[in-house]
Amino acid sequence: MEKFLTLTSTIVPLPIENVDTDQIIPARFLKATDKNGFGDNLFADWRYNKDGSPKADFVLNNSLYSGSILVAGKNFGSGSSREHAAWAIAGYGFKVVVSSFFADIFQNNALNNGVLPVVVSAEFLSEVFNAVNTDSKVTLTVDLQNQTVTNNASGKSENFEINAYKKECLLNGLDDIDYLLSKRDMIEAYEVAR
Amino acid sequence: MNTNEQTPPSGGQGATLFDKIWDAHVVSSVENGPTQLYIDRHFCHEVTSPQAFNGLRARGLKVFRPDKTTMTADHNTPTIDQDQPVKDPISRNQLDTFARNAADFNMPLFYPLGHEKNGVVHIIGPENGFTQPGMTIVCGDSHTSTHGAFGTIAFGIGTSEVEMVLATQCILQTRPKTMRITFNGKLGEGVTAKDLALYMISKLTTGGATGYFVEYAGEAIRNMSMEERMTVCNLSIEMGARGGMIAPDEKTFMYVNGREFAPKGEEWEQKLAYWKTLKTDEGAKFDKELVFDAADIQPMITYGTNPGMGMGITDSIPTLDQIDEAGRISFEKSLNYMGFQAGEKLEGKQIDYVFLGSCTNGRIEDFRIFANYVKGKKKADNVTAWLVPGSWKVEQQIREEGLLDILTEAGFKMRQPGCSACLAMNDDKVPAGKYAVSTSNRNFEGRQGPGARTILASPLVAAAAAISGRITDPRA
Ligand code: SF4
Repeated sequence: MEKFLTLTSTIVPLPIENVDTDQIIPARFLKATDKNGFGDNLFADWRYNKDGSPKADFVLNNSLYSGSILVAGKNFGSGSSREHAAWAIAGYGFKVVVSSFFADIFQNNALNNGVLPVVVSAEFLSEVFNAVNTDSKVTLTVDLQNQTVTNNASGKSENFEINAYKKECLLNGLDDIDYLLSKRDMIEAYEVAR
Repeated sequence: MNTNEQTPPSGGQGATLFDKIWDAHVVSSVENGPTQLYIDRHFCHEVTSPQAFNGLRARGLKVFRPDKTTMTADHNTPTIDQDQPVKDPISRNQLDTFARNAADFNMPLFYPLGHEKNGVVHIIGPENGFTQPGMTIVCGDSHTSTHGAFGTIAFGIGTSEVEMVLATQCILQTRPKTMRITFNGKLGEGVTAKDLALYMISKLTTGGATGYFVEYAGEAIRNMSMEERMTVCNLSIEMGARGGMIAPDEKTFMYVNGREFAPKGEEWEQKLAYWKTLKTDEGAKFDKELVFDAADIQPMITYGTNPGMGMGITDSIPTLDQIDEAGRISFEKSLNYMGFQAGEKLEGKQIDYVFLGSCTNGRIEDFRIFANYVKGKKKADNVTAWLVPGSWKVEQQIREEGLLDILTEAGFKMRQPGCSACLAMNDDKVPAGKYAVSTSNRNFEGRQGPGARTILASPLVAAAAAISGRITDPRA
């Protein structure tokens, strides 16, 4: 997994609430047996017409907006446990998703793929949406070490929460499996003791 | 595994059911971090596992405890001609990969298409006795919460976590908060477990229980059969909960007893003694408590594109001014997709498809309810009905109980087991713009096929719609 330290980027705004995993990656794309290529089908049903041509009114098809930070309405990633949703977000090139609320499993899946979910207040979120409406080139800065996110249009900054262990993992590019494998002895001892 | 020899839960006096099971499965705790939790049963299906097995290969690892993983193909499988080769080459490749992984890693509990134990993962777990009280259970599928009906900690995980379980039989989890939801009183005539769950989700919204593990309690829950309890726990995830659980009781023990993988003889007696201790102690504290009156619940339908957008079948869709401002864009987008108007009543509206099935309502009781309603009636000509049993065992029971004859008489056909139109990965897709009254669990945009419009409901409401061709109050 890649290390994550700080990131300053323009943003892609998606001011819709309850964006569920079936929108992030529809089920018919889950037939693959590897993790590659999901980025092309991120938000497929919002992004493409039936014939595969891009839908002009969807934000990913609007050249005004780009960047590696996705900013979405509250309760992002609800629904299925499919990690394909995180692979699609990462595969498209997003490194951070900002929202005022995330579904649990999505949050875990994102972290396990080096994508940082940043929870901000509802006010902060709506200010970012307003700022990007006025100027599509607005940037956000996310600093993982200090756990801050800054709206560079207003200079306003907020702290965000992240589990200390997960933070260490991201800062060092380590994953959970490495950790668990190092605990095999304890696992065997647990099995014997019960 | 000898669960009765465990030291008493560290929760001690005043522990919740959740605390007791969680504490019995802690292997270690990461400082300032998550808990390393031992997993008793892992269910595995073809869609969320291939990348996990590839991960093991890349790291040169074996499966740590192959007998603790049960594998069934269900998500991406056809519901007709299962004895023929699967037509879609990409789906076939996924199923072949699943079989290859089972063989390469010497997995003893592998139930491919056509196997007598094959079916939807959350249906075959309980019916074969894999699911037992006090267990920790995971699966790369969010509706793993279903198994909580037996007094287990059961929840959905991502593929990275599937790999962790295969490699170490453990995962790292942050301890969730606990919530108890109590349903006092009795459900009314024609009101089912599905209605209770849809009612609850409409009150809490789809994110209302995020971060919590829920215990269901109260008279209405106690009165439920195991099948009904599974329906309620199954839908926990639709309000964002990590999982849902119900303390085991005589009904639970009766259900488990005698199933193939259930403990036998002396082991049964030992386990039973332990299982009887699995309930929330008096005075135990929950982070949140909610209480509902079961008598307030009507047969429910959804009108929007998430399971929280539900209402009583005779009610009207909310008007715009009843929706808070930040949610209006999503609300209007949702109604627009569904082709409904704010403030509109849906009773009497014509529908096109009916789907009976899924891990929410694909069990024998669901077919009994449906068959009982349609007995002696005829399916409406405008309705295409897909009746998909959750497993081959359910299918067999439908035949044995004579339900198939009733259904056939009323103009229905039965398909072969699988997830089917619940997520429409196979050919069972509702066409764009068509309305489907569905007993499944998600009405997301495109869930049942691109452009498909899903109205979630109970098997009873689905039966009434199948007969009248319209959204119909089954009590009328
Ligand atoms: S029936 Fe639907 S919800 Fe249940 S496991 Fe299958 S796809 Fe998932």
